[in-house]
Amino acid sequence: MKAIYNNLLGGRQGVIGLALLAALIFLVLPMFLDIFRLNLVGKYLTYAFAAVSLVLIWGYGGILSLGQGVFFGLGGYCMAMFLKLEASSPENTAIQSTPGIPDFMDWNQLTQLPWFWEPFNSFPFTLFAILAVPGLLAYIIGVAMFKRRVGGVYFSIITQAIAAILTILIVGQQGLTGGINGITDLKTLHGWDIRTDSAKYLLYYINGGLLIGVILLSRFILSSKLGRLLLAMRDKEDRVRFSGYDVSNFKIFIFCVAAMISAMGGAMFTLQVGFMSPSFVGIVPSIEMVIFAAVGGRMSLIGAVYGALIVNYGKTYFSETFPELWLFLMGGLFIAVVMFFPNGLAGLYEKHGKRIMEKIKSLRRKPTPPAEKTLAAGNDTSAAAREAA
Amino acid sequence: MNRKLENGLWRHALSLMTATALSVALVLPGATMAAPATADVSKTGLAVTDTTVTVGILHSLTGTMAISETGSVEAEKLAIDQINEMGGILGRKIEVITEDGASDWPTFAEKARKLLVQDKVATVFGCWTSASRKAALPVFEKENGLLYYPTFYEGLEQSHNVIYTGQEATQQILDGLNWVAKEKGAKTFYLIGSDYIWPRTSMKIARKHIENVLGGKVVGEEYAPLGHTQFGSIINKIRLKKPDVIYAAVVGGSNVAWFKQLKAAGITGDKQTLLTISVTEDEVLGIGGENLVGFYSIMKYFMPVENENNKKFIAAFKAKYGDDSVIGDVTQAAYLGPWLWKAAVEKAGSFDVDKVVAASPGIELTTAPEGYVKVHENHHLWSKARIGQWQADGQVKIVYESDLIEPNPFPEGYQ
Repeated sequence: MKAIYNNLLGGRQGVIGLALLAALIFLVLPMFLDIFRLNLVGKYLTYAFAAVSLVLIWGYGGILSLGQGVFFGLGGYCMAMFLKLEASSPENTAIQSTPGIPDFMDWNQLTQLPWFWEPFNSFPFTLFAILAVPGLLAYIIGVAMFKRRVGGVYFSIITQAIAAILTILIVGQQGLTGGINGITDLKTLHGWDIRTDSAKYLLYYINGGLLIGVILLSRFILSSKLGRLLLAMRDKEDRVRFSGYDVSNFKIFIFCVAAMISAMGGAMFTLQVGFMSPSFVGIVPSIEMVIFAAVGGRMSLIGAVYGALIVNYGKTYFSETFPELWLFLMGGLFIAVVMFFPNGLAGLYEKHGKRIMEKIKSLRRKPTPPAEKTLAAGNDTSAAAREAA
Repeated sequence: MNRKLENGLWRHALSLMTATALSVALVLPGATMAAPATADVSKTGLAVTDTTVTVGILHSLTGTMAISETGSVEAEKLAIDQINEMGGILGRKIEVITEDGASDWPTFAEKARKLLVQDKVATVFGCWTSASRKAALPVFEKENGLLYYPTFYEGLEQSHNVIYTGQEATQQILDGLNWVAKEKGAKTFYLIGSDYIWPRTSMKIARKHIENVLGGKVVGEEYAPLGHTQFGSIINKIRLKKPDVIYAAVVGGSNVAWFKQLKAAGITGDKQTLLTISVTEDEVLGIGGENLVGFYSIMKYFMPVENENNKKFIAAFKAKYGDDSVIGDVTQAAYLGPWLWKAAVEKAGSFDVDKVVAASPGIELTTAPEGYVKVHENHHLWSKARIGQWQADGQVKIVYESDLIEPNPFPEGYQ
């Protein structure tokens, strides 16, 4: 019981952080936002999956992947393919030359469904594919790179190249993929209209629940021996290798996990936004995801969620308020974060927030010396848990 | 001010009367109100007040498409200003909320939803690329909004919620091909385009027309990725095939590389016929007229179109945005949007989307810079096609003008 409390939930501080986040997602935001804004927040939270995955591989594993959008996109595309097939029933597409296939295939003179689309008629297969396709790709990349001890900058460049390749592939094969338009006009999931307000509320809560689940899973991984090995590898890879560990296997594992987490975000994105396009796959979105993690603090799972929320909210707010200036404002924000809080929001909290909190606490508890002892003990556990928070 | 106060008082009085169930007995004694009551012209909760109506403009102000879409924003704002100077629509001034699509298709969908759901705009003028329209379209259909879409595009679409003020594929393609076949005796064609939905669909229609109607031959069909700048291998293939006509739909920044490399390879207007469906005055600013001399474009509007409307339009545009500004085909089509909407609203006597849509077919605009347009039942415009030959100064000489062409977004035999 105590182990779960300390490891999974990250001790007292971790519980508080998680509870605050859950309260924000499940209570505060739905209470104060209308469904349009809440749906936008839902969209931001799907990016948080990618940001959390980057905390795993970048913050802890020291592997900077500039291709997280690839996995986000693949998950999104798998979901979009299923929804598109459902939206392309012969009755809905009666005006096409070939009814029953997605509209963009008809525009590109295809007369039958390509073989790799067929399995996406099945929902269970789709759910499997959302995790399996990105997981498999990550495995292949991981084996090809880490077994050969490719790391650091080279790995980042290669992941970036993969993001570019996948975008070009999707855009070029527009008869099979929808090209630059993406897969649009998605309507129902098993006959359930995903565009209604009630569906949006439900999807928002499912999304929030999944995100909390993913954070717990990540904590579980990071607080295990594997997590400590990752940290050790990040700081002195050779020492871990000389101690007899096969370093590459751990890297491959965490890279695959991160890919699957991103893919879940992609699938939820498709459901909540109603379409998928190559603009979530390429280099720019992949780098944006790194920015979410950096703003939130790359060592903090919960910070990453706030990072994704704040950056995306800033994007929406600035672009609505200053449609012609907003890119400069966003640029200014990023520069400010890097210059003044290199460890992101979580770093800011570590540095100032905690000291203030402790001051308040110690002020309150000064008259009773025994309490100070418990506080010190609490600090010890939280210091241990901090690594995993 | 006074009128506003009076209106306000009357509204207040009216609500009181209703509350006390006396309204029937006390009929208003002849308060002259220029504008019809808001409750009459807006029954679906749109952003209409007694003195204003709010509309949205949704184009890319940033990103790669900004250079193309800026002209459309300027034209739409010009038209709205002119309408406001004339007293607005149904006695209400138009207020504009501008949103940035940021050359990013999902952003278009997000901003479209924001304009419709949160701002409750009466209509939106916007979208440019097909991809942005395809992304935003489900939003307009779901929220029952209204979109005026200015760009020439591939057709194969007709939505209850969209009025297409540019030309669909057949209005641009068929006449141009007929013209080169007749005037230049062209038999062999080389098709080249950027790789996305509009060029591909356009080439599909062009190929069918060349092969089935003109009895000509397509000797090559190539697509370059968007943003591509290396046309060497394609140009070599063109040299090998020696087509009578190069038929091009290269878009955006690629155009600059494409035409410069053609010229460098010695393929110039005096030796080779080239007809493009993607170059307007806007693009020529970037390409440079000297790289295009003698080549042909087919559009529905070029700046030298001769009529009074166009003179006034160009003068007003230059007065507002500077003497150097150029006006391309899409800019002119964007300018039509607010005017067509005004006409439809006034005919419907209401801002409600369904009524405006119902009133739209048959709307005629005799004041259009391109001459005369009319809204077809399929929500596209009857318009002319014009072929222009490029001069070294970046202007065109119009060499052909068609009759009004009926829009046909789902052409039989061309799919």
